[in-house]
Amino acid sequence: MDYFAQQLINGLVLGSIYGLIAIGYTMVYGIVGMINFAHGDIFMIGGFIALISFLVLVSFGLTAIPLVLFVVLLVSMAITALYGWTVERIAYRPLRHSFRLAPMLSAIGMSFVLTNFSQVAQGARVKPVPPIITGGYTLHEGPAGFVVQLSNIQIIVVLATVVLLALFTWLVSSTRLGRDMRACEQDQTMAALLGVDVDRTISMTFVIGAALAAVAGMMYLLYYGLVDFFMGFVAGIKAFTAAVLGGIGSLPGAMLGGLAIGLIETFWSAYFSVEYKDVAAFSILIVVLIFLPTGLLGRPEVEKV
Amino acid sequence: MKSLKLIGLALGASLALSASAFAQDITIAVAGPMTGSESAFGRQMKNGAEQAVADFNAAGGVLGKKLKLEVGDDACDPKQARSIAEKLSGARIPFVAGHFCSSSSIPASEAYADGNTLQITPASTNPLFTERKLWNVARVCGRDDQQGLVAAEYIIKYFKGKNVAILNDKTTYGKGLADETKKALNKAGFQEKLFESYNKGDKDFNSIVSRLKRDNIDLVYVGGYHQEAGLILRQMRDQGLQTILMAGDALNDKEFATITGPAAEGTLFTFGPDPRNKPTAKAIVEKFKAKNIDPEGYTLYTYAAMQVWSQAAAKVGSTDPKKVMDAIKAGEWDTVLGKMAFDAKGDIKAIDYVVYKWDAKGNYTEVNPKGS
Repeated sequence: MDYFAQQLINGLVLGSIYGLIAIGYTMVYGIVGMINFAHGDIFMIGGFIALISFLVLVSFGLTAIPLVLFVVLLVSMAITALYGWTVERIAYRPLRHSFRLAPMLSAIGMSFVLTNFSQVAQGARVKPVPPIITGGYTLHEGPAGFVVQLSNIQIIVVLATVVLLALFTWLVSSTRLGRDMRACEQDQTMAALLGVDVDRTISMTFVIGAALAAVAGMMYLLYYGLVDFFMGFVAGIKAFTAAVLGGIGSLPGAMLGGLAIGLIETFWSAYFSVEYKDVAAFSILIVVLIFLPTGLLGRPEVEKV
Repeated sequence: MKSLKLIGLALGASLALSASAFAQDITIAVAGPMTGSESAFGRQMKNGAEQAVADFNAAGGVLGKKLKLEVGDDACDPKQARSIAEKLSGARIPFVAGHFCSSSSIPASEAYADGNTLQITPASTNPLFTERKLWNVARVCGRDDQQGLVAAEYIIKYFKGKNVAILNDKTTYGKGLADETKKALNKAGFQEKLFESYNKGDKDFNSIVSRLKRDNIDLVYVGGYHQEAGLILRQMRDQGLQTILMAGDALNDKEFATITGPAAEGTLFTFGPDPRNKPTAKAIVEKFKAKNIDPEGYTLYTYAAMQVWSQAAAKVGSTDPKKVMDAIKAGEWDTVLGKMAFDAKGDIKAIDYVVYKWDAKGNYTEVNPKGS
């Protein structure tokens, strides 16, 4: 039981990180109808910016960790959002009315550009940081000496995810921007005729998605203690899978998909073999898509005649 | 008239080319990752080779001829290693010191064998390198099965009756090392409690760590590189697990301590005794220091590889790779690393591994033979 509880914690934290990245995929898909393959790399850029701004602040002699982390969070969200905006402006907007595959190919190209850019600019080695947030709680001590441990950083990751999810669900459902987004999702031409600035709304979607990716990147840096130029690829694939599993286009679906993938991976490695955890996760994806082609929470697309 | 000029130019160029061929230099090469993520090691190899060539030439060259050094860059990519090897052996270079990664040295050695070039690696430890009955390969470093043996001896001595787990990352290096350690342990009647593999590049090991916790593991042996080993260690400490981590020579990198922070304290790994401390290396180390180069890691191994070849070539009186290789395997050679003799496969005869321990300040020291 204790073992199960510990693995549950592990899975929830891993799933939260996947979910944070998956939200970015799902938002863009919902509105523009394209898969933004560069999103994983935006996440990686977010991690790097968090690392760089952290080191800069520390070198200025700031030592109050909560303050430093708060500033780092704002800085990396702002700069990564700028990246998201630029990517959309350069690589996607000129192709918006082109054939359907064009922006997707351009996204794959953008992904390579960002990966190689950070490899050249930051070097190919991993960039570690010493543990920043340490300590934790012992929840329960089993009779066999097995301790269920919950670390502070795990609490922060899960809390940040829950807060952000609530915030963005509210943003999409109850604000002017959210209404514009939903309007663009349904019909861009009609939305434009009714006075919605489509270009601006789509830009904002990318900006918000990138800011979320920056939060995920920073959580990743704090939790695992390192970033490298290649980490966006695997994390991006996992998060994309999570978005599809949860039903692409749905915000709670992305979160649910992220948690599902994280938990499957963790429990598979806990009770079966570590080697096949990815096989397990992707097999479940296939099974779900056979029976629910739109994912767990996705709505079927209605073809208008 | 224009074509005549062109012909003249071509003639002149070919004369210039053949002139350099007539200059009677012997060209040899060093090949390794001069760029890419392992480039620090490539630089060590290049430093060692350049110093060796300069020293040999100052002492009159080899067979009365001056040596010239060519540098090949494989970036630790097997395909690039193969094409570098074809290029070097196509240029009729008799000897190459290289490569670094086992996954580069192995495919390159086949191209060298076809092209009649002798290859001595200063760093590739995978057993397969010398196990394929190629005539042209030798190495001046140890093998992973010897490394596994040394690790197993240590585990049996200090962790008898305790729980041991073995993990590996499924790479040529990591899996090979974990398998050899397991083999050596089982042979001595020591059964590990858990044998698992993970993917190189994974970041989340919490699930494995909880398993280690459930099985009350006292020591986990990791066949893998420093990045994953560092993350495993860090996540063990986060989950309140005080298990000791042990690994192979890949932990010989200061970056490991930056990933783990003070948690590195007590971590064990196997590596050759520091060559810089050997009495035979003293004079050469001084020369490097004078140039402001720290002859760390594989620098002196590369120097030693060059010494073995030049001494053998001098003894045979020819650079013919086959004759030189026969001489290398038959004789005993004075190198910066001490006296060196090779078996029929091309491996060094002495086992050359010791156990090191990390401390909390991010340094490692040799564990004294009594075990502290």
